[in-house]
Amino acid sequence: MAVSTTSAPITYATRVDKVGARYQFTRALRIAVVVLYATISLIPVFWMVTAAFKSRPDVVAIPPKVFFTPTIEGFISLLTKRVLLPPGMMEEYKQRTDLNFAERIMAERGQRITGPSQYGQRLLNSVIVASASTVLSVLLGVLAAYAFSRFNVPGKGDLLFFILSTRMLPPVVVTIPIFLMYQQLRLYDTHLGLILLYTVFNLSFAVWLLKGFIDEIPREYEEAALVDGYSRLQAFRKVVLPQAITGIAATFVFCLIFAWNEYAFALMLTSERARTAPPSIPTVLGTGGIEWSAIAAGTLGFLVPVIIVTFALRDYLLRGVTFGALRK
Amino acid sequence: MQLTRTQTARVHSRRSLTDVQIQVLFIAPTIILLVLWNIFPLFYSLYLSFTEFSVIKPDVPPAWIGLQNYNKLLSDPRIWQYFTLTGRYVVTTVALQAIVGFGLALFLRERFKGSGLITTLILIPIMMSPVVIGLFWKLIYNPAFGIFNYLIGYSVPNSGPDWLGEGSRALWAIIIVDVWMWSPFVMLLCLSGLKAIPDYLYEAAAIDRASPWFQFWRITLPQVAPLLLIAILFRTIEAFKTFDLVMGLTGGGPGDATELIAVHLYRAAFTRFTTGESSALAYIILVIVIAVSNLYVRSLNRIRGENH
Repeated sequence: MAVSTTSAPITYATRVDKVGARYQFTRALRIAVVVLYATISLIPVFWMVTAAFKSRPDVVAIPPKVFFTPTIEGFISLLTKRVLLPPGMMEEYKQRTDLNFAERIMAERGQRITGPSQYGQRLLNSVIVASASTVLSVLLGVLAAYAFSRFNVPGKGDLLFFILSTRMLPPVVVTIPIFLMYQQLRLYDTHLGLILLYTVFNLSFAVWLLKGFIDEIPREYEEAALVDGYSRLQAFRKVVLPQAITGIAATFVFCLIFAWNEYAFALMLTSERARTAPPSIPTVLGTGGIEWSAIAAGTLGFLVPVIIVTFALRDYLLRGVTFGALRK
Repeated sequence: MQLTRTQTARVHSRRSLTDVQIQVLFIAPTIILLVLWNIFPLFYSLYLSFTEFSVIKPDVPPAWIGLQNYNKLLSDPRIWQYFTLTGRYVVTTVALQAIVGFGLALFLRERFKGSGLITTLILIPIMMSPVVIGLFWKLIYNPAFGIFNYLIGYSVPNSGPDWLGEGSRALWAIIIVDVWMWSPFVMLLCLSGLKAIPDYLYEAAAIDRASPWFQFWRITLPQVAPLLLIAILFRTIEAFKTFDLVMGLTGGGPGDATELIAVHLYRAAFTRFTTGESSALAYIILVIVIAVSNLYVRSLNRIRGENH
């Protein structure tokens, strides 16, 4: 056979335009371009991760340093409040034997740790707000999506469009009245206020995405369950929910990423108690100048949870995008 | 006492809800939340936009001044300047994202060893918080110790351009970051569109010896167009609202060179506290977003109509 010299295995299903040197060449070229893009686009991420482990002089070194001695200085500055040691006291302070690991590192930089910073609290706020609002919007979303998918709700088309249109509103437009409303209702700077707001902003998306998934589940399953004596609610819980788990996971990831990263509302509707991490990372300023390694450390600590969740649910994520966009 | 199956069913139906009750119970919470958090604020800010009011003076009630806020805004040349800036920004960044994203999707559509991993790696920027990304790129753009200038070929420190320090460059600096961050999103949508194209179309084209160029224009592009347009629609709306990224990267500066309209609105509403006037500005923005989305949705429907 003349074509058997090419590396691709020839089967009956192989198309004539997918064998031969020219195809092999363009394929290699495609892969090269994609790999190159991925590499370039990861440079900033790489730079951020390394900056988190750089010492203060290393992070602003001229020319930029790719190789350096790692240190956890950045993480310590992120998590603590510090004061500068007066030059006279420096030697004496360094000689003290009761210093712990972190205090010793900062003493080398001429700083004394005075207490924990707010970062831990802010990160905890982020965890509370993001998880509660995500769970709430997925829960409400799955209920509404089920009802829209299975019943002939009066005015269904209009209601669904209404739900979608709320997503088109720029957040800044509704922020001013919500700010006023929250001050009246005493929801300003509370966890509950942010949770409800994020829930609402994710809800429209959740309903649309989940409806697509539930539409896919054959009605026959539930009908069989109803015939067998299940009530509607039982059929929903025991038959539909397990089948919709892919969609629920996909929706969960999207809502979580939004709520976790949200900045504008958090900036305008919280101040101290309920402030989440995104508006506070830019304010991690140290003694004199921007502490880049502390900011990088804060960013890293903030990025890791969402990467873990996304990675764990990555297959659902891809399916989620496909369904959400293809199903109309 | 042993119940038969029909008896069990009857017990259940007596205790459980009717279908209508379930509908109300399942849908009502969603609708109520959306009305309270979206519709009510919308009407409230419409009212405020016709008044003179400031949230930091809660004792002074809103004073009705009719269309004055709108008059003032629409005759202010700076507002027009910010809108033009935003328009330039949106068109450039969305166009670049569409090209890069669609190109990547074309290259990634045929699976190869490791293509799944590469796709996931390319998607990482989407997961990051825009404000933090903005902040971090500030370090990367720094003319003295940032790596950006080194990577594009300026090996002597401080010899390269100061990306965030000069007005016209600062906008490009933001566009570069936005394209880096969101092209993968366009890619993801296009990829799912490409994977849905039935193989037989290409098989038929191959049998007819149609050129790859012809296949691209007559099969690939028309088939992906709806999804590409959805991606562009999402991105346009989002780009119009760009706020986080700018706040992290330039804060609107230098001067007001990167003061996109959403940033300007934030400054008016939450640093100058001109609440009534900002509500009017918010409404002008809303009308523009709705008009633009409408244009897109129409062209989307037209493309869909041609396909069927």
